[in-house]
Amino acid sequence: MKLFKARIISNNKIAPDHYVLSFKMPHAAGGVKPGQFFNIKVNDACAPLLRRPFGAHKINRNKIEILYKVVGKATEILAARKKGGKLDIIGPLGNGFTINPQTGKLANRQAIIVAGGHGVSPLIALAKKLSDYGARIAVFIGARTKNHVVCREDFKRLCAKLYVATEDGTAGYKGLITDLLTAKLKNILAHNTPTMYACGPKTMLKEIAGIAKRHRMHCQVSLEEYMACGIGTCLGCAVKTKTGYKLVCKDGPVFNAKDIVW
Amino acid sequence: MVTTQDKLQVKIGNLELKNPVILASGTCGFGSEIKDFADTGKLGGIVTKTITLTKREGNPPPRVFETTGGLLNSIGLDNDGFKNFVFEKVSGLEKLRTTVIASIAGNTVGEFVKLVTGLSGIPVVGAIELNLSCPNVIHKGTRFNLLSQDEKAVKKIISKLRGITQKTLIAKLSPNVTDIKKIARAAETAGIDAISLINTYPGLAADIHTMKPRLGGVTGGLSGPAIKPLALKCVWDVYRSVGVPIIGAGGIMTWEDAVEFMICGAAVVQVGTANFVNPKAPFEITEGIKKYMKAKKIKSVKDIVGTLKA
Ligand SMILES: Cc1cc2nc3c(=O)[nH]c(=O)nc-3n(C[C@H](O)[C@H](O)[C@H](O)COP(=O)(O)OP(=O)(O)OC[C@H]3O[C@@H](n4cnc5c(N)ncnc54)[C@H](O)[C@@H]3O)c2cc1C
Ligand SMILES: Cc1cc2nc3c(=O)[nH]c(=O)nc-3n(C[C@H](O)[C@H](O)[C@H](O)COP(=O)(O)O)c2cc1C
Ligand code: FES
Repeated sequence: MKLFKARIISNNKIAPDHYVLSFKMPHAAGGVKPGQFFNIKVNDACAPLLRRPFGAHKINRNKIEILYKVVGKATEILAARKKGGKLDIIGPLGNGFTINPQTGKLANRQAIIVAGGHGVSPLIALAKKLSDYGARIAVFIGARTKNHVVCREDFKRLCAKLYVATEDGTAGYKGLITDLLTAKLKNILAHNTPTMYACGPKTMLKEIAGIAKRHRMHCQVSLEEYMACGIGTCLGCAVKTKTGYKLVCKDGPVFNAKDIVW
Repeated sequence: MVTTQDKLQVKIGNLELKNPVILASGTCGFGSEIKDFADTGKLGGIVTKTITLTKREGNPPPRVFETTGGLLNSIGLDNDGFKNFVFEKVSGLEKLRTTVIASIAGNTVGEFVKLVTGLSGIPVVGAIELNLSCPNVIHKGTRFNLLSQDEKAVKKIISKLRGITQKTLIAKLSPNVTDIKKIARAAETAGIDAISLINTYPGLAADIHTMKPRLGGVTGGLSGPAIKPLALKCVWDVYRSVGVPIIGAGGIMTWEDAVEFMICGAAVVQVGTANFVNPKAPFEITEGIKKYMKAKKIKSVKDIVGTLKA
């Protein structure tokens, strides 16, 4: 059963607009894959009407954490929810990232992770899984300002190299993360061809898909589309691919970057 | 002895439903996803996503947007076409153990005829719902943009289809008309078995920062709690104008909403947007109706229909 009521274990502010909420999974959360998401009803009222999708940020045996940014009504209400309260959740949903060294998807056990904005959220769970596989990971985090750079410490523990870019230059490289990635890639590619994983704004993902194509790298992107159902019945979350429209909630949210019509 | 089942049973045309709560077209796909959440065998029935003769890609994203108390959508009849339905969807529908109503839309009378002829030979299809809220290609260039705004086109299509199928025929109407009673009467005269209302209301939402419409298709259809009072009025108006049963829809989230529709004249109710919020909603609604009937000592759901003291 993917529909359950979960108790909120904690809900803490980790940055000016960012929160981490953890909830109890009623059944073995071992079954949750990095890149999968949960569709959450933030309250019992009719407003907001729809559930809101959030990626799995940290996956423990019977506890799931989500990391969210307050951007509107639902996330505002979620931020005010207290420990001990119940949340109505559907999940885990979607396909998740593919991490399989055997099939060559994780070429040479080398990976590059690129996170933009709240896109860091599912990439922590991914980095954990990759490091369990013994992968060597380079992480690129892009944010607006220093205050928007989250999960730095978590990534540091899991990866070999960490690069940060902020638009205003208050932390790390001043400029876009894709520019920093391009600059560093030359050196990285001299030694091997890693698999790339990215999550963030669509404009960033489009850039990254282009970079991956130019360097013939396998690249998986986690996309976001406005969702109504999250389970594949409303056909609302369509994204254009080279083989027609696909559903972000059911066929994704993770897609091979080369399949998307950007 | 009257069992609970009998108390909840309703009949539309020659179709028996075990209870009056069915899933609305476009909000439950072809039923397979709902199976993960509850026993579909307990549903009164399901209406499939609208099927067209040939595959339709649907509208560009974004396709959905939440507005106050409502959901605006511009899906654009995204479906894989009739052949795919026959070969890929029918076997799944058979496993649902509930009544299946196939929703169809056509551009021409000929397309409707082909679809109805094909569906008439499929045993799992218990009834056919004609989605008339599609562009009026039949009388192109008239002031009736939608089929369901064009009384003559409605009559023409239904009379033709009535002559070629034994299956129960339902006409699904759009509320976007001057007088919905007229359209309903035209459908009844042409031999329809039941009238389903309402489809979504046309609507629009814009982003004030980018000046862009929220939907890729610019305008869309509004559903959910926001349209409930509007839908109730349509049901009440049509209830007083026709003799055939009415299938009511529009913002039904709870059993109280469902009972309200029945009081205003709906013999059957469709649950749509609520499925997105809570896939168990239709099951909880059926249970709620049962409890309401018990508390009020109502013997049959039929006794609730049209009891509005007005
Ligand atoms: C698969 C997926 C995973 C996501 N994971 C995360 C995550 O881990 N952390 C995080 O902070 N955010 C995540 N999001 C985005 C998050 O769902 C939105 O920020 C949230 O729904 C905003 O709701 P709101 O009411 O606060 O904002 P609103 O004021 O309603 O809207 C703000 C913006 O949020 C987006 N949005 C609103 N409603 C929906 C909806 N029903 N479905 C999708 N997008 C919507 C729209 O782009 C909108 O412009 C994810 C989205 C998807 C599709
Ligand atoms: C996302 C979405 C898709 C829909 N697709 C169809 C469709 O294919 N055919 C149809 O007749 N009605 C369709 N509808 C309309 C519903 O069946 C229903 O008439 C309407 O949404 C009002 O009910 P509600 O408020 O309970 O959702 C759709 C509605 C939504 C929200
Ligand atoms: S959100 Fe409904 S199909 Fe994806």
